[in-house]
Amino acid sequence: MKARVHVMLKNGVLDPQGEAVRHALGAMGFDQVEGVRQGKVIDLELAEGATEADVTQMCEKLLANTVIERYEIELV
Amino acid sequence: MRAAVIVFPGSNCDRDLAVAFEQAGFQVDMVWHKDAALPEGVDIVGVPGGFSYGDYLRCGAIAAQSPICKAVVDHTQRGGYALGICNGFQILTETGILPGALLRNAGLKYICRTVGLKVQTSASAFTEGYNAGDVIGIPIAHHDGNYFADDATLDQLRDQDRVAFTYTENPNGSVGDIAGILSENRRVLGMMPHPERAADEGHGGTDGTALFRALSGVLAPA
Repeated sequence: MKARVHVMLKNGVLDPQGEAVRHALGAMGFDQVEGVRQGKVIDLELAEGATEADVTQMCEKLLANTVIERYEIELV
Repeated sequence: MRAAVIVFPGSNCDRDLAVAFEQAGFQVDMVWHKDAALPEGVDIVGVPGGFSYGDYLRCGAIAAQSPICKAVVDHTQRGGYALGICNGFQILTETGILPGALLRNAGLKYICRTVGLKVQTSASAFTEGYNAGDVIGIPIAHHDGNYFADDATLDQLRDQDRVAFTYTENPNGSVGDIAGILSENRRVLGMMPHPERAADEGHGGTDGTALFRALSGVLAPA
């Protein structure tokens, strides 16, 4: 079993890296870009029997810092 | 008086912090991250700057889960003193000992220079050697020093007089210009600037010395 975890900064938390990417895209002429948020994707290879609840615990305890980040779990 | 300085793979201010403690009269033990316990009789734990575990995942995130950090959490929960500087501050927020988080600098650049810090409170073992309102010069050296906390947490920090230091000119986007904060019992200080790098004539400044002297004054056996 595999799980994919998406970690993003919460709305309202400034994302200076996303802003820098937005500026660069604008400078390249991509005027249609109005906002960029940058996050990370973590792929987990899980043993048989692992549950989404296990992955939620991993996110809460290590993979995301819930003070500033939110996460989504995708079971593949 | 005994201090323990934690050493993670990637710590690089551990020895400077040890020297600053020693000059203030502490006996210092260096403690490896894989140790599960602090030495007996430790009065204060120093969590040093650097790049623990290569800043992988998030600054301080992996260090916060190391065996020694569980012992540091227990130490602070028993009312023990701790000082986290730079990466050490990031680690203390990741363990939940201190509230908030440190984000990438708003200007995206690593910043390494001496900045002005305003002492916001002298009511702690760390800051009683200063007067509230004093402006001191302390070096910063970080890429992720942009302090963030939600409004409720910020109100609580201010209401409880727990903002220890603010920047006179905000270098990194920190909310409320915050450079360092205290725990609720005022026995844990986390700060991004490096007082241990302003603790000797050879450093070009000694404004950090008063912090270590104040600690030794409070922690000296009666």
